[in-house]
Amino acid sequence: MKIIVAVKQVPVRDSVIHVDSAGKWLEEQDLSFEINEPDAYALEAALLLKEKHGGEVVVLCAGPERAGPTIREALAKGADRAIHIQSDDLVKLDTLGVARLLAAAIAAEKADLILTGLQSDDLGLGQTGVVMAELLGIPHATIVMEVEARDGFIRVKRELEDGWFQWVEMPMPALLTIQSGISKLRYATLMGIKKAKTKEVRRLPADQLAAPSAATVSLDRVYLPHRKKETHILGGSPAEAAAKLADVLKFEVRVL
Amino acid sequence: MNGVLVVLEYRVHNSQPVWNRMSWEALSAGQDLAGRIGQPLVAAVAGESPAVPAAELALRNVARVYAVEHELLASYTADGLTLALEQLVHSIQPSYVVFPHTYQARDFAPKLAARFEQTLIADVVGLHFDGPRPVFVRQLLQGKLNADYRHSGDGACFISTQAGAFRPDKVASGSCQVEVFRPQLDAAKIRSKPGERFRLSEQTVDLTSAPLIVSVGRGIKEKDNIPLVQELASAMGAELAASRPICDNGWLPMERQVGSSGQSVSPKVYIAVGISGAIQHLVGMKGSKAVVAINKDENAPIFEVADYGIVGDLFEVVPALTAAVRKAKGA
Repeated sequence: MKIIVAVKQVPVRDSVIHVDSAGKWLEEQDLSFEINEPDAYALEAALLLKEKHGGEVVVLCAGPERAGPTIREALAKGADRAIHIQSDDLVKLDTLGVARLLAAAIAAEKADLILTGLQSDDLGLGQTGVVMAELLGIPHATIVMEVEARDGFIRVKRELEDGWFQWVEMPMPALLTIQSGISKLRYATLMGIKKAKTKEVRRLPADQLAAPSAATVSLDRVYLPHRKKETHILGGSPAEAAAKLADVLKFEVRVL
Repeated sequence: MNGVLVVLEYRVHNSQPVWNRMSWEALSAGQDLAGRIGQPLVAAVAGESPAVPAAELALRNVARVYAVEHELLASYTADGLTLALEQLVHSIQPSYVVFPHTYQARDFAPKLAARFEQTLIADVVGLHFDGPRPVFVRQLLQGKLNADYRHSGDGACFISTQAGAFRPDKVASGSCQVEVFRPQLDAAKIRSKPGERFRLSEQTVDLTSAPLIVSVGRGIKEKDNIPLVQELASAMGAELAASRPICDNGWLPMERQVGSSGQSVSPKVYIAVGISGAIQHLVGMKGSKAVVAINKDENAPIFEVADYGIVGDLFEVVPALTAAVRKAKGA
């Protein structure tokens, strides 16, 4: 089974962020980057399927040069090779533009399964996978918790709202977006890190992949949210703040 | 192209139609948008026999209701619903199409938008104007940052609205016609076979009626630290709850999860310990009467919804609070 895992590199969770001077995006030199967490679970799901059914796992990533270490880490965890779509200005594209690049880069691969995280931790639009499936003309399922591959088709457990689930069957090739937290993530072993250095990373400049299409949706401005609610911050040492809060709970909210 | 089309969502449960309540929030956003741009508001529901929900929808102040009806829409599939709505959008040519950002919309709306060479502006929390075209506000980086998005070009603009962002009670009543729309669907084009919906276990913990909740998130670091928060909950007589990562790790059972994939709660007091406040968590606890946040990061989005906050190390604050609560109760 050939499985492609589309991963994105995003700012490290809990980063301290600063908006750039143009107000268009973040000041990137202040940031560290890592694999988007849901994509790490998609990679894990792909590696588990490969262990069970054999085959190949190919990492697909669109991003600037700095995405390199994220790709190497995926290879160190056990992916066989990678495709790096190189672009410095993905921020200017809308989802459809990014999905077109991703789909064009893998159209010739004829994969059985394409996995990706259900959404990115930075933009959080949650649709790149679905749009890729549409462009590739294959079925998809989103927010997937479990994957069972059978002969020519797959069964997946989808999460629905309010604690409901559903099994869905579909033919392969198919695209699945994977929910975070569905399994334990593996670490790269020393041997894996060593091997990753010699694994193939094919670099494809974005402008050679697909004719740039005018984005119909643009990100105009980013800014820190105004606080709608006045939060009463209780200061002092931990003991002082705790005592103030106990007073609030007892005398203002009256629940003690 | 003219008009704002809102696609509402219901499902059939025990032979009765049940609305996804976020539908009314999307309708409210559609009403705001239609009013501001001076275009008619129309609404659609799709299903095997959507007459009852369509009739209910026709009692709202909309110009027209479309009942998109086909036996192949009995169970939701992305292929079936996308094809049906693609035909509806082609037929009525709206300038905006609005969905509630439900799990179902997340599954098919991006696909539908792509059919029109458009990108869905997903999970919109606000709407404002700067010139003739609307600006849609979204949250980035788990709510740490806001972003203004704009649509350009001549095609239809597709958006989905976040749970709790628009007030559902703002849609006035009215009366309009229901038009039945029968899409042309072919069973061979529907590639996935959905099974029955199920719940893993009957929930034995009902957080929805708990008056006091102490909830714990990633900040607790390890399973072995959970008793620290359990003690605070016990001292207060509160139910213990958690954000998703805690339940995913198996540190607390799933039935204690608050958020879009867990329970929605509205206690008198909700104490969020080490919870940064991702959108998916906030939608499950925004209805709490008072929210207290204990977090080391003063910029954590949880403070957006908190009435009281302590910025500090939970490993110092929580034991101190447990002691202070015991003292206050004893006095």
